[in-house]
Amino acid sequence: MKPPARAPRQKMPEQSAEERVKNFREVPYGYPPETAKIEAARCLQCKTAPCRQGCPVEVRIPEFIRKIREGDFAEANRIIKGDNALPAVCGRVCPQEDQCEKLCVLAKKGESVAIGRLERFAADYGLAQAPETPPPAAPTGRRVAVVGAGPAGLTCAGDLARLGHEVTIFEAFHAPGGVLVYGIPEFRLPKAIVQAEVDALKRAGVKIELNAVIGKVETIDELLAEGFDAVFIGTGAGLPNFMGIPGENLGGVYSANEYLTRSNLMKAYRFPDFDTPIIRSRRVAVVGGGNVAMDAARTALRLGAEEVRLVYRRSREEMPARIEEIHHAEEEGVRFELLTNPIEILGDDQGRTRGMRCLRMKLGEPDASGRRRPVPMPGSEFEVELDTVIIAIGNTPNPLIPSTTPDLKVGSHGTIVADKETGLTSKARVFAGGDIVTGAATVIEAMGAGKRAARAIHAQLMGG
Amino acid sequence: MFAIKKKRLIAPKVVLMEVLAPKIARKRRAGQFVILRVNDTGERFPLTIADSDAEAGTITIIFQIAGKSTALLAALNEGEAIQDVVGPLGRPTHIEKVGHVVCIGGGVGIAPVYPILRAMKEIGNRVTSIISARSKDLLILEEEMRAHSDDLKVATDDGSHGFKGFPTQILQGMMNGGERIDLVVAVGPVPLMRAVCEVTRPRGIPTVVSLNPIMVDGTGMCGGCRVSVGGKTQFVCVDGPEFDGHQVDFDLLSKRLRTYADLERASAEAHKCKIGAG
Ligand SMILES: Cc1cc2nc3c(=O)[nH]c(=O)nc-3n(C[C@H](O)[C@H](O)[C@H](O)COP(=O)(O)OP(=O)(O)OC[C@H]3O[C@@H](n4cnc5c(N)ncnc54)[C@H](O)[C@@H]3O)c2cc1C
Ligand code: FES
Repeated sequence: MKPPARAPRQKMPEQSAEERVKNFREVPYGYPPETAKIEAARCLQCKTAPCRQGCPVEVRIPEFIRKIREGDFAEANRIIKGDNALPAVCGRVCPQEDQCEKLCVLAKKGESVAIGRLERFAADYGLAQAPETPPPAAPTGRRVAVVGAGPAGLTCAGDLARLGHEVTIFEAFHAPGGVLVYGIPEFRLPKAIVQAEVDALKRAGVKIELNAVIGKVETIDELLAEGFDAVFIGTGAGLPNFMGIPGENLGGVYSANEYLTRSNLMKAYRFPDFDTPIIRSRRVAVVGGGNVAMDAARTALRLGAEEVRLVYRRSREEMPARIEEIHHAEEEGVRFELLTNPIEILGDDQGRTRGMRCLRMKLGEPDASGRRRPVPMPGSEFEVELDTVIIAIGNTPNPLIPSTTPDLKVGSHGTIVADKETGLTSKARVFAGGDIVTGAATVIEAMGAGKRAARAIHAQLMGG
Repeated sequence: MFAIKKKRLIAPKVVLMEVLAPKIARKRRAGQFVILRVNDTGERFPLTIADSDAEAGTITIIFQIAGKSTALLAALNEGEAIQDVVGPLGRPTHIEKVGHVVCIGGGVGIAPVYPILRAMKEIGNRVTSIISARSKDLLILEEEMRAHSDDLKVATDDGSHGFKGFPTQILQGMMNGGERIDLVVAVGPVPLMRAVCEVTRPRGIPTVVSLNPIMVDGTGMCGGCRVSVGGKTQFVCVDGPEFDGHQVDFDLLSKRLRTYADLERASAEAHKCKIGAG
């Protein structure tokens, strides 16, 4: 049966807001095959494929969508995998509305093809099948060390292994995945998916050494001296920013990193079956307006908080979070306190958080980022009663590696300076990519950088 | 997995373990620590590296059985293994020849003082050690500390061994006696470190303390370990663990240490019940 020529953009079924705030299971269920086919049929198969230009790794979007339409889901997955090592992850967390879907010809009519949902559908189909192990490449005898097992490191390692290089990933944490395991919550990205991707890498021959903090247990120079022919640094932007206001060190004030790490990586939401505790809050304020803030707010709700408000100093239009996440958070009952800036966190005599003092803001002239600068409104001070404050105002790179690698050039914000095309740093045989180079960005940008670096490393190893 | 090579009870509820971790053993220096996770459901918690043997590839940790995690660790035997050990973390102790150094360790705090004492001695300082515990049977590493100190003084709360009273009284006595002290290093419970700092403050004797806040990652990415030093926020796992004791806000540290007191008590109780039932 031919689907109607102009079906509307297909919705993805999901858990209702009332239901899902009580559990940590994934919110959307994904398309059933029939829905996927209807959605795929909406694609105009433009020859120019503007959508591809919006994709940092240039997935062959019209081609995989055509395969879904034809019902050849396995081939759709294979096509995506050719350019994107982690499609099941990207189908869930990429900001498609700012990338491929934004450039879709149908977007002009307000309803772009749901490329992200289709990607997720094809990738999940692939994961459900017996894994395809690519034939092993002839060993090149070259060894590469990859530092950090986030999306940048995993992608770089996978590509190099498929080219026949011997790759070892060194990861500081006890689990690989980077932000995918410690930052992004289970209800948005099930950890089993990340695990499946990591398992695939291991089958491709990648070795992963966990509990290895480079800069401490070994330096970059020591890795090179030990016989690694090249090193890729993908250590992310892991250092939490604080606001620098009074009361920030009270009990009950968390960085989003700590809050999310406790809940996601350490599984504090299953305390006491898991040993890591987390405060069971009643009234929570999350400060910030990005994806990280949304994740923290939605996690707090699921941990049983009665009231969660999101305090952001600009207006909704400036919020850097994905629209879908803002929408989900609102549906679940997160209260948005916009144009509001905290000036002090208040404590009780036990050193626990009891409230927060804030100022109302209004938007003034645009600042360096092009967004209108929030300015305080005099006399607008007010207090809210709270027991927990989660600060999600951004992260900066960890200085651990730069500070132990003297000849590695570092930019003004602590980011490692690397060539945009090759990832080559100021130090011979050392490459870098992902958040450590760009500052906090996106999963797909990090993967793109890992991929380009793998290509450059391969060229260097085989050329010289 | 990190194999346990040796395990010994060195005082009631105080366990010494030698753990196979060759890379850490090779790299670590006095003052550094590791973060451990006993098993897949375990939490991450820090322990100072008390000693290491680069040749054998082992590190020594000493801990008191206090909550669920240390109980789980203590339940492992020689030949078994710890799931995760990561390190060496933190900055090494600043070791310098200054003259006369007094090293003070209270309770299991003696374990972290031991490597610092040795490094201070090796570089040519005269070192006096003051170690303390509630009673004689709880005192650890006395022989080891004596072997590396020019002078060792012991204090117990109940007078069952050495001086009856607090180590701060011994320190005060040395100062009153006109003895020149160039540096004091104190590690132990927060009240002890705070008391030592109050004794040395009036004379302006430089005093280094090693802090033990709650940690998660140990690499600077969570900020859970933050303390206030001289009015500035510092992350103990990367900026410390040692700080100028006269600048530390001990009040804040002890309050932050109590953040999960209720939850942890519940977890330890549940654990005991499970063992009791099994
Ligand atoms: C809560 C949260 C939600 C997000 N949501 C989205 C989203 O919806 N969509 C999106 O596209 N992006 C999102 N992002 C951003 C995205 O996750 C990052 O841009 C991306 O993960 C960066 O990848 P990376 O590989 O550069 O670094 P990371 O993912 O940060 O990985 C770095 C890895 O290196 C390890 N490491 C660090 N230092 C060392 C060392 N010295 N030695 C060894 N290992 C080390 C770390 O432990 C970590 O595993 C989110 C980020 C957060 C925090
Ligand atoms: S333990 Fe996380 S920053 Fe120190």
